[in-house]
Amino acid sequence: MIEISGVSYRIGGARILDGINLTLPKGGISALIGPNGAGKSTLLSLIARLMPHQTGTITVDNLVVGACPNNTFARKLAILPQASDAAPLLSVRELVGFGRYPYHKGRPSAEDHAKVERALATFGLTDLAARRLDTLSGGQRQRAQVAMTYAQDTDYILLDEPLNNLDIAASRSLMRVLRDLAASQGRTIVIVLHDINYAAAYADLIVAMKGGRIVATGTPDDIVTEAVVREVFETDPKIHRIDGKVIIEV
Amino acid sequence: MICLALVLTLVLLCITSLFVGVADLSPAAILSDPAALDLIWTSRGPRTVAVVITGGALAVSGTIMQMIVRNRFVEPMTAGTGQGAALGILLVTLFTPSLPILMKMALATTVALATSTVFLFIVNRLPPTQPMLVPLVGLIYGGIIGAGVLFVAYQADLLQYIDIWMNGEFSGVLQGRYELLWIAAGVAALSYLAADQFAIIGMGRTASVNLGLNYTQVVVVGLLSISVVTALTVVTVGMIPFVGLVVPNIVSRLSGDNLRATLPMTAVSGAALVLASDIVGRLIRYPFEIAVGSVFGVLGAAVFLWLLYAPRRHA
Repeated sequence: MIEISGVSYRIGGARILDGINLTLPKGGISALIGPNGAGKSTLLSLIARLMPHQTGTITVDNLVVGACPNNTFARKLAILPQASDAAPLLSVRELVGFGRYPYHKGRPSAEDHAKVERALATFGLTDLAARRLDTLSGGQRQRAQVAMTYAQDTDYILLDEPLNNLDIAASRSLMRVLRDLAASQGRTIVIVLHDINYAAAYADLIVAMKGGRIVATGTPDDIVTEAVVREVFETDPKIHRIDGKVIIEV
Repeated sequence: MICLALVLTLVLLCITSLFVGVADLSPAAILSDPAALDLIWTSRGPRTVAVVITGGALAVSGTIMQMIVRNRFVEPMTAGTGQGAALGILLVTLFTPSLPILMKMALATTVALATSTVFLFIVNRLPPTQPMLVPLVGLIYGGIIGAGVLFVAYQADLLQYIDIWMNGEFSGVLQGRYELLWIAAGVAALSYLAADQFAIIGMGRTASVNLGLNYTQVVVVGLLSISVVTALTVVTVGMIPFVGLVVPNIVSRLSGDNLRATLPMTAVSGAALVLASDIVGRLIRYPFEIAVGSVFGVLGAAVFLWLLYAPRRHA
């Protein structure tokens, strides 16, 4: 369980996050949605201790973010930041292998190698394992990054807009893998999504943010309504319910 | 396969290096002539060892610096570390000339560490969207420190010393006058233990924190290693530019950035390229010598251009 209480964050005079109180349950997929600049990525970075938080407390299970040793935390929670364009000059297998660093500290065991191979297989990368990242397509590279995060073998996986440069096939396949991981291995996945349709289709819990605050929290059925979408995104698309699924017209 | 070829090349170059010089020396003479053995023992051998250590250690330092700064166009000798080392040794010569040599080295290393740290602070304030600013700022920064060193030396009538530190070459290497370099070799070899850590900080601060790495600590260790190697090189043989720039770029282009696998290759390539340059420098105007830095500049640039324009093998 991730518990966030009283977290605010300012950069200069700008208020990025404003008194966030939020509990994300253990297990399942929680999706953060909201317009650009809502503070979703900042919140994710604070949970993952990428930036020191200024006020409030964040705990992940029994670990207090900021007080817990860095390496212990790295075995509890992994984050994949938004894709950057500079790919390291590594093969896919080498990149995924670095996900095991918190465990082996530079001396990988047979178990580490086995877990790397499993991560490659889970994300359909076995055939690409020897290829260098700079020779792959954006989608394949993104999959390799997610596989590295997965290989870190943490209870919690945070993903910041992983679907950004993926086509529809790659997006769906990634979301399915994530849902499988949540269901079969009990991983907790917190994901920032731009497309509400993906959040509606795959998330167990949706957190809607706007202007550094949390506007609404609930199941896709509760959140993806015309009223909430209008309030959060300031636009009013039609929302259809087909066979019990919510679909937003774009 | 590549590794084996590199090591073999280096061994061949080492053997060649033993028999190239002003005094005539043939391989057969070693067995019969005690003077020949003496020549190898006091001059040719130490020179060869010094070149190999310098080339390898500078190439490794260049790689580490490029990982720390996250920019492929910097190296210690042009971005302030080398000039800092020269400044340190100049200050020691001026103010505490009676200190034991190891203390002098420690002080020179400290100044080199300080100037490299300042460089890192400057780099962190540069816009990340302008990667070419980093080497430019490095050149200017190193140039300013170098000019300061030159001015102080001029005032103190130490210009001849300065020349030895600023322009690297190996003709002065004799037994008893290069042994400090073994420390540089040791430090460069030790930094291999942190190969994974350096590779991870090369992926950026976020990736490092995510993997549970103490980012600042690794950066400090890296800077320390660079400073020791650079200071020892500057004092013993003088500044040799470009090695730390060209060799890491060649290796990472061919074999990537997984330092655990590539650092040994970097060290061997650096040693081989510098040794080849030194041998060419000894032969080209025989019996006079051309400084290794000049030859390396030409040789390194040629290899690098070939790499840039040669078709890529596994794209």
